[in-house]
Amino acid sequence: MTIRDIFDRMDYGPAPESAAEALAWIAGHQGRFGHWIDGRFTAPGATFATRNPATGADLAQVTQGTAGDVDAAVAAAKRAQGRWARMPGHERARILYALARLVQKNVRLLAVLETLDSGKPVRESRDIDVPLVARHFYYHAGLAQLFEQEFPGLAPVGVGGAVIPWNFPLLMLAWKVAPALAAGCTLVLKPAEWTPLTALLFAELSRQAGLPRGVLNVVTGDGATGAAVVAHPDVAKVAFTGSTEVGRAIRAATAGTGKALTLELGGKSPFVVFDDADLDSAVEGLVDAIWFNQGQVCCAGSRLLVQEGVADRVHAKVRARMDGLRLGDPLDKCIDMGAMADPVQRDRVAALVAGEPGGDRHVAACPLPAQGCYYPPTLIAGLSPASPLMQDEIFGPVLVSTTFRTPAEAVELANNTRYGLAASVWTENLNLALDVAPRLRAGVVWVNGTNMFDAAAGFGGMRESGFGREGGREGLLAWLRPDRPAGKPPKPAPTPAAPAEPLVEGIDRTAKLYIGGRQVRPDGGYCRPVWSPRGALLGHVPLGNRKDIRNAVEAAVAAQRGWARQTAHGRAQVLYYLAENLAARGDDLARGLAAMTGRDGTAEVQAAVRRLFTWAAWADKLEGATKPVPMRGIALAIPEPVGVIGAIAPDEAPLLGAVSILGPALAFGNACVIVPSQATPLVAAELYPLLDTSDVPGGTVNFVTGEAAELARALAGHMEVDALWCFGAAPLSGMIEAGSVTNLKRTWVNHGRARDWWGPDGEGPEFRRAATEIKTIWIPWGE
Amino acid sequence: MQTQPPPPDLAHPSVGTDLVPQTHSRPGRNPGMPLDLDWVAAVQANTSAIERRCASLPGRRSVKKDWQAAWLCKAVSLIDLTTLSGDDTPGRVRRLCAKARQPVRPDLLQALGMQGLTVGAVCVYHEMIEPALRALEGAGIPVAAVSTGFPAGLSPWATRIAEIRASVAAGAAEIDIVISRRHVLTGNWQALYDEMAEMRAACGAAHVKAILATGELGSLRNVARASLVCMMAGADFIKTSTGKEAVNATLPVSLTMVRAIRAYQDRTGFRVGYKPAGGISKAKDALVYLSLMKDELGHPWLQPDLFRFGASSLLGDIERQLEHHVTGQYSAANRHPMG
Repeated sequence: MTIRDIFDRMDYGPAPESAAEALAWIAGHQGRFGHWIDGRFTAPGATFATRNPATGADLAQVTQGTAGDVDAAVAAAKRAQGRWARMPGHERARILYALARLVQKNVRLLAVLETLDSGKPVRESRDIDVPLVARHFYYHAGLAQLFEQEFPGLAPVGVGGAVIPWNFPLLMLAWKVAPALAAGCTLVLKPAEWTPLTALLFAELSRQAGLPRGVLNVVTGDGATGAAVVAHPDVAKVAFTGSTEVGRAIRAATAGTGKALTLELGGKSPFVVFDDADLDSAVEGLVDAIWFNQGQVCCAGSRLLVQEGVADRVHAKVRARMDGLRLGDPLDKCIDMGAMADPVQRDRVAALVAGEPGGDRHVAACPLPAQGCYYPPTLIAGLSPASPLMQDEIFGPVLVSTTFRTPAEAVELANNTRYGLAASVWTENLNLALDVAPRLRAGVVWVNGTNMFDAAAGFGGMRESGFGREGGREGLLAWLRPDRPAGKPPKPAPTPAAPAEPLVEGIDRTAKLYIGGRQVRPDGGYCRPVWSPRGALLGHVPLGNRKDIRNAVEAAVAAQRGWARQTAHGRAQVLYYLAENLAARGDDLARGLAAMTGRDGTAEVQAAVRRLFTWAAWADKLEGATKPVPMRGIALAIPEPVGVIGAIAPDEAPLLGAVSILGPALAFGNACVIVPSQATPLVAAELYPLLDTSDVPGGTVNFVTGEAAELARALAGHMEVDALWCFGAAPLSGMIEAGSVTNLKRTWVNHGRARDWWGPDGEGPEFRRAATEIKTIWIPWGE
Repeated sequence: MQTQPPPPDLAHPSVGTDLVPQTHSRPGRNPGMPLDLDWVAAVQANTSAIERRCASLPGRRSVKKDWQAAWLCKAVSLIDLTTLSGDDTPGRVRRLCAKARQPVRPDLLQALGMQGLTVGAVCVYHEMIEPALRALEGAGIPVAAVSTGFPAGLSPWATRIAEIRASVAAGAAEIDIVISRRHVLTGNWQALYDEMAEMRAACGAAHVKAILATGELGSLRNVARASLVCMMAGADFIKTSTGKEAVNATLPVSLTMVRAIRAYQDRTGFRVGYKPAGGISKAKDALVYLSLMKDELGHPWLQPDLFRFGASSLLGDIERQLEHHVTGQYSAANRHPMG
């Protein structure tokens, strides 16, 4: 083709990036890699090929990690951990800073290797992924530097196990490695089977940063290797990014082990376009939302919700824009989309799309390369929420769309999903944007933008998109634990048995359940007598069952939204008023406690009043943060109520424990369902009238007495319960964590360790964090 | 304006880049339409999002080797080679016109196989039309004149209209008018429309480019609205700047204006041209602008009847890049004849 031909046609032509240096690095290792353990490569074991999905060619052989390999890696990490954690924060900062610089100095090599292994356009790996990796290490160098100052009373959890996905191999490595190292943890990282190479290169480079041996270990392999990392008894914390399905399996596998866990899972993130949006910019936003990294993005704006009046125009613009996308060799600098990561993934997407006959389908008119693993940009408009494609994560370049009429309906449709990772809102009306953003159940909301990331801003999901945040101070907390000795196992409070000669005095008292602000009889119609230590019949306590839990959760769900909409000042007032009424009835309560426990109850009542004051005080002081992200605008980190919290109250302080649960729950806008102390259940009944007279709205606090294990099981499985806390004496932690997989609720369990309810641990920052979730709202601006 | 039939772009549609459904397009000059204030009021332009798109464009579109050479030749063919100085003389204009005829050294054009390449037009003040026309005789290069009290546009109205008529009578094929910025800044769209329509009428057969002076309009939303109103009033081209404002052509302004052109075509079927002016001095920038036009509007906007660069120093950088393409060595400014 002559220059004059091109002059006439004005085609783009090829703009290839050289793969030579990356291939030379692979060749320098004879094309075969072992694991990176204790600061060096092991000899390759049984290997498998990692391929270039754009060509299908083998890039290298990597080792399938065995249980023995994982043992060796964890052992190395364990050996290194103590020294690493004892280093002054500045020493860790120095090394993290060097890692950031190393990433910058090797940007081209890392980007090209990433593209070879994953199929993503080299423009993205060069301009987006690798710069974000460097930024993550810079930011966390800073957190390490400030560690002693800013994170007092916290200690590293220990050895971390990280299992990361194939869509952002190096970036997800950074999201795990940088905070872990900053916190003083050491790490065993298992990269994805399809994309292990940049992790190995990074590990090798880390020696040039002076990273001590064993602090970072990389074990390659498939899911079995990942499972071995997760299951290893010396791994104290598991950080996983990947599919919701595997996330569930990891939750189940770690249940009851005491391992800390964060999960960053799938999504079906809504992309909401109102009729007053800059529609061209919204369409361009979709390119960044769903045609970024071939749509293989957990937070991809994959569900277009567009206001009905502009839907036709928007769809026409989307179709035209799609046709202008260029697909091709990921190493070509003039393409928009590269190859899917693996033929398995492409075939999965194709099967999902083929399974939906409905909708108005448009496949981009851009030509696909003759060979390689490509899938065309696709729009399926006119689907209803009932279509599986509107509900299931496709994880490919497929956009589905439906319309809405009003902002309220937009929110309803946006939230009509099991997931809750991210959302985009497009409107030129500030009132509308700032009204809608907080009502979207998503960990990240972008206003007039999409897929913005920064190390300073927390990222992570709600609902079945997982839990925990990565980035920001909140992200570092996931690698830390309170620096205090583990509590002793709680002493089971004696449940006085029926005396031979029952002492029955006064007028019969009939305790009930407290559901929706009313005292109700238990569904099962059973109760048990409660005896005082001296053999007096204190009353009968109803035995709630799973149907009572169902009713209580229903009441809590109905009440929670309105309670969260109350002003913080209003919630504080209610808690102060509750404290006031509790104090006013203090003598009665103290006498009641004494009768139930055989101990003087005065101190516990006073402590409960103080605790309610604490939470009343906090109600209007959980302030969130503004994050200095690199854009003109702001990212707000807003603590939002978790939703409906279930809780198994402790025995060791029946009144104080219950109050310590409902206090933070109410303060931040949650509703709760509490299973009172097993030994002293009647204390709850003393609270019912107090709640009634203190303007606590019906349904925000519910008590269901009964057998803790049965009730905890019902709560753990219930999919409208957003969080479940367990402080009970019975060994319920494992069961609760395992049961929580239904909706991946946030669990906070005691693993059979007692808490000092009387001191600061009974009202510490853990309660604030457990009762809230950080939502990050990105608000770019400029006229 | 070069009179050529609608470009035969459909003969070889460039791969998937024509954003606008071609079935909508109607041939011929934009006749304008009644002022639609509802449409003007509904216009939105989100600055941050527009800036993000512009920031990612250079990284998304890159042309190399022969393609780069061809694209740079294309850029040359789209230049309105301009001199707009108080000290312009016939001699200075003759020199510029000679450069317009032979913008790139003949040996380089021969090596590229691009003999006969000229710039798109020569752009001068009214008094320089006559020497320019004489210098360009037989070259097929149109002469454009800036008009209407350029650059501020604050001369008496009758003077401004008379200036257009005089320049057309003197032989200018294209008239670059300046709009009254105050109409935009005060939201007086009717006045802007009336002004533009009357200027267009005064141009007669000469094509009219409406200079919005975007650096003085305050916001991208205003840029988008002013673009629409000028197109409704019959502008053949919309142009960013006089080159005399503090801020001239930028990518965000350009994206805003080409989106308006696309919206106008979607609604009316008529194609309006685009001319960024001022501040485009590097070959690399020119390539980004061309890819912006190709991606946002499609192949027809890579032809001189729908796209021009208003530039004076851009050509020099392109010449150096073209010599580099031919010889493989970096070039020097003094190896290329000045204009």
